[in-house]
Amino acid sequence: MDFEYFTQLFFGGLTRGSIYALIALGYTMVYGIIELINFAHGEIYMIGAFTGLIISSVLTMMGMPTLAVIILAGMAAIIYSCAYGYTMEKIAYKPLRNAPRLSALISAIGMSLFLQNYVLLAQTSDFLPFPSLVPEFKFWEPYSHILTTPELMILSTTVFVMILLTFLIKFTKIGKAMRATSQDKIMASLLGINVDQVISATFVVGSATAAIGGILIASHIGQINFYMGFIAGIKAFVAAVLGGIGSIPGAVLGSFVLGWTESFFTGYISSDYEDVFAFIFLVVILIFRPSGILGRSQTQKV
Amino acid sequence: MSVRHISLRSDNMKPILEVKNMTMDFGGLRAIDSVDLSIEKGQIVALIGPNGAGKTTFFNCITGIYTPTSGDIYISPNGESDKQERINGLKPNIVTRKGLARTFQNIRLFTSMTVLENVMIGCHAVTKVGIMGAIFRGIKTKTEERFIVEKSYSILEKIGLAKYVDELAVNLPYGAQRRLEIARALATNPFLLLLDEPAAGMNPQETMELDELILRIRNTEGISILLIEHDMKLVMSLSEKIYVVDYGRKIAEGTPEEIRHNSVVIKAYLGEEIGEECDA
Repeated sequence: MDFEYFTQLFFGGLTRGSIYALIALGYTMVYGIIELINFAHGEIYMIGAFTGLIISSVLTMMGMPTLAVIILAGMAAIIYSCAYGYTMEKIAYKPLRNAPRLSALISAIGMSLFLQNYVLLAQTSDFLPFPSLVPEFKFWEPYSHILTTPELMILSTTVFVMILLTFLIKFTKIGKAMRATSQDKIMASLLGINVDQVISATFVVGSATAAIGGILIASHIGQINFYMGFIAGIKAFVAAVLGGIGSIPGAVLGSFVLGWTESFFTGYISSDYEDVFAFIFLVVILIFRPSGILGRSQTQKV
Repeated sequence: MSVRHISLRSDNMKPILEVKNMTMDFGGLRAIDSVDLSIEKGQIVALIGPNGAGKTTFFNCITGIYTPTSGDIYISPNGESDKQERINGLKPNIVTRKGLARTFQNIRLFTSMTVLENVMIGCHAVTKVGIMGAIFRGIKTKTEERFIVEKSYSILEKIGLAKYVDELAVNLPYGAQRRLEIARALATNPFLLLLDEPAAGMNPQETMELDELILRIRNTEGISILLIEHDMKLVMSLSEKIYVVDYGRKIAEGTPEEIRHNSVVIKAYLGEEIGEECDA
């Protein structure tokens, strides 16, 4: 009985961590390339969820089969969020590329507030019910008391996205260009890499993973509102810092560590203090490893 | 005889790089003051001068990192006069695509990538497949990628780094890192290679190898070279033409022999009094 409780918490933490990871990837990739903490990233995730809701409602009304609804709504959410991410970079960050870093940060906070309020006005301030898109699989029933089907779906999608992303960054041309740009922008451009294009691509990829996260969590929790991106964004940001911001494996590891911390502390101690535990843990880790678990060392050439 | 020769050239051929009256100001500081410079096809040209004379700034202006305050930079990859093109203010990546490649004073390799990947990045610059192609990986993308790997490997072989292919760039010995920078620059298919102090920090043996490598690049690839260097032995043995700058101004130009005996140059390098003693 005790062990079963433990495994439940374990998988609960893993699922939570997966969602954080999907969002944290966007933070960490953007930071790795232009050293900007994109505070509007959580809003991209929220917009992904909203697009998913709208499209899936329309498609369900049209009487489409569930699988088609999932795929089409997912694709629409990804495309829509990518367009937002791309535009956001062009409008709010590119003009400030050579400005002091604080200006871009303020611009990011402004973008975040703008997008929240834009959705609030254009949609609603109420919580909207989100249909559970994932059907119950028959074959999974014996295990579903440990890991529910939506949780399974979240986990497997996350793993799939991670593998895809690793492949993209390690082996493709744009991936190499991203790594080169994050190390040395001037050298990269002198080797013929279009740095602006690489930065846009980074925002697009980050937005896509955030949109996937948005749909998965919305369908898991069952409701969304315009404010959902804020706290999820903060948590994912914490996860990225915990793992070492700028490092992709770090963001994933940090997310899982944060997910487990929350899950175990709430499960064994008290659920009222979920966020308190998460942030205490962050402070403790940063005292001992200031640049995060897998962060780059702080030594820089002078 | 020599005068006629030059005038004949300027009728039919243009220099591959022609800098006219270029000035670069940083606020109130004039880092480069109306400098002219031209390089003919296949030439090795050196740009020398005391520290802080504006040599690296000059490179930065040509390669698009800075936009010169005034003046013109023209390139003409094959020396054909009708294909001259002004490149002031173009972005560095565009300048590179037009055929100018450079290295830096300090080593700027992508340290966490392998030697092969470093060179491949240079090749990517001049290949066509875009982001979508890279993600969806059609047949074209795959053939291109194979081509890039082969090309990168053959460049490494020419530079003598083939044995390090899968090593991380950061693990290479110093001399090899400097050669890798040159290999990476060559991967962008330049017609002109700009080397910023390629021999800095090298021991005499490595410098000798570098001398031989630069000559080989010019002779076998037909790539012209503009180099900034403080190692006078290297400069004198390699270059066909030398430009001397001091405080942002060009103070002399000529063959190594002419520069060696130029009193203005000696003064700039050694100071007024000693220069006079040398003259005497």
